[in-house]
Amino acid sequence: MKAPEPSQQCKEVFAALSEYLDMELSPASCQELESHLKGCAPCIEFVESLRKSIDLCRNYGPAERPQPLTEEARQQLQEAYKKMLSARKID
Amino acid sequence: MDRELEIELAKRLLAGETEAFDRFVEHFRAKVFHYSWLMCGQREDAEEVAQETMLKTFESFHQLREPERVRPWIFRIAKNACLVKRRKSIFAPTSAHEISLDELMPSRSSQDGLMKIEIADWTHLPEDEVLKTEMKTELDAAIRALPEIYRSVILLRDIEELSTAEASQILDVSEDVVKTRLHRGRLAIRKHLEERLRVGKHNQPFQAATMEVAS
Repeated sequence: MKAPEPSQQCKEVFAALSEYLDMELSPASCQELESHLKGCAPCIEFVESLRKSIDLCRNYGPAERPQPLTEEARQQLQEAYKKMLSARKID
Repeated sequence: MDRELEIELAKRLLAGETEAFDRFVEHFRAKVFHYSWLMCGQREDAEEVAQETMLKTFESFHQLREPERVRPWIFRIAKNACLVKRRKSIFAPTSAHEISLDELMPSRSSQDGLMKIEIADWTHLPEDEVLKTEMKTELDAAIRALPEIYRSVILLRDIEELSTAEASQILDVSEDVVKTRLHRGRLAIRKHLEERLRVGKHNQPFQAATMEVAS
């Protein structure tokens, strides 16, 4: 049996999901979206999987870290900082 | 480190309290390295971008009028350093890629006559376990597979947790563009995780399935 295509409303919900999850939708649009979700299990599941995917990004720790800062590189930065401080005092 | 602490360190450095220097450098250097590594793709380039960004940060630190904006301010410097680096890189893309929204729509299958979205079991796994396993590798691959215009927004908005307005200022695009790219980038990441983790199709080419070259 061929699966039914998502409805036009599903497509509209699909396009607005990030704004919904970021709470950036207007109250009216938010209400409209939630009322669709109440009756559409596939959309609810999709929202949850997107929410999970975003949460993973937010908890994504760096897989790689830089090499330890060499003394030479540290000195270069410190000199720039001190130079900036003294230039500001002269100003 | 949360943003409050970053702001505090920035204020102390601006006030000439040099004790804050090492902590500030360690924190932002790692952040910028991570961003550049995902943007440039090469460890060596990312190391250089991190150092160049920190140097530029200190050279122009007096221009940071609002310490509250230290994170977006440094990421703007980092973005520009990445651009310069990528222009010189043989890995730089030759054209911009756009992801079509239609291709990111979930597939639906029928089961016993009921319409059911193809949803992944990965969404129900406990987060701690998930992050320790294949998920992290796949998330990393998903982010790297994104065309640059989406990857930069995902990194700033969802990983660095900057606001839409801040990302818009860093990237020199409108807030609406940030929102559009964020949404498509998120959908592409979700789709990648779904495809890879649900059925373990490790060899399926992600880019061919979800992206098209803009005309």
